[in-house]
Amino acid sequence: MSSHDHPHDHGSGHPGVSQDVEPGLHALRVKAIEALLVEKGVCAPGEIQRAVDAAESRSPADGAKAVARAWVDPDFKARLLLDAKAALAELGYEAAASLPDVVVAENTGKAHHLVVCTLCSCYPTWLLGRPPDWYKSLAYRSRAVSDPRGVMREFGLELDDDVEVRVLDSAADIRYLVLPMRPRGSDGLDEAALAKLVTRDSMIGVSNPLSPEPALAG
Amino acid sequence: MPKVHDRGGWPTGEAIDMNDHPPMDWEIRLNAIRQVLGQKGLLSSDELRRGIEAIAPGRYETLGYFERWAESIESLLIEKGVLAADEIDRKMADFEGGNV
Repeated sequence: MSSHDHPHDHGSGHPGVSQDVEPGLHALRVKAIEALLVEKGVCAPGEIQRAVDAAESRSPADGAKAVARAWVDPDFKARLLLDAKAALAELGYEAAASLPDVVVAENTGKAHHLVVCTLCSCYPTWLLGRPPDWYKSLAYRSRAVSDPRGVMREFGLELDDDVEVRVLDSAADIRYLVLPMRPRGSDGLDEAALAKLVTRDSMIGVSNPLSPEPALAG
Repeated sequence: MPKVHDRGGWPTGEAIDMNDHPPMDWEIRLNAIRQVLGQKGLLSSDELRRGIEAIAPGRYETLGYFERWAESIESLLIEKGVLAADEIDRKMADFEGGNV
């Protein structure tokens, strides 16, 4: 990115994502809002802290667990693709009723999925934790739909021309998780070792999972 | 021309900046506030987005991601009568003046 394209970028390197336009002002207003919500009894003391802890406990390792299970268990995979919330409950991920629907999209040799939220930043935080800044950036939101292959190339993923690219645009009521293809040479790995190959970005679709170390592949 | 938030396919030659900033404490707390309000039925994802989309286009472009959230959530809480603008101002002044 070039900062001269962004006259209001104060040098954080994240146009439209994280720079403070009025440093500290929003932080202070949020602090005031939190204090008032508790004072007025809208939120119980400790309730917001518990939500902080719950959100911080989520990471791409959660999604990776589901992907690895799908790789080793075809029946689970079928259930995951059919009704992700129900299948994930088998792994101990109980979805709150208020949680948006989750759809798992399987990559194959013929079709590759890429997830974006062009309108804002909808993301399966339940399975991946906090979204990366680039997912929320205006550049990604613009280009994922108009130039998905170019975007993937920037992430180091070059797809063959005969692979169909399907871009999934998330919404408030539906979140997508990509089920990437199991890497070649991973036949000898157990579920836990497979899960370590599953990166956050491979579940968004901008890259493929890691390749197994030859020594571990057996 | 689509509205400012409707970003799909907007012409841009900008490369994807893959650097990630460590989340700031207030951003983490704001996210938690959003979740708790959502669980209470006081703030849906669609309402959050409506509040964000109501930000003036020029300001939308310049605000940081969570700054847009903060402004949306504040305006929605005021709209719903959960909080009043002047009490937020007073609370902020208290914090700034070290009265708390």
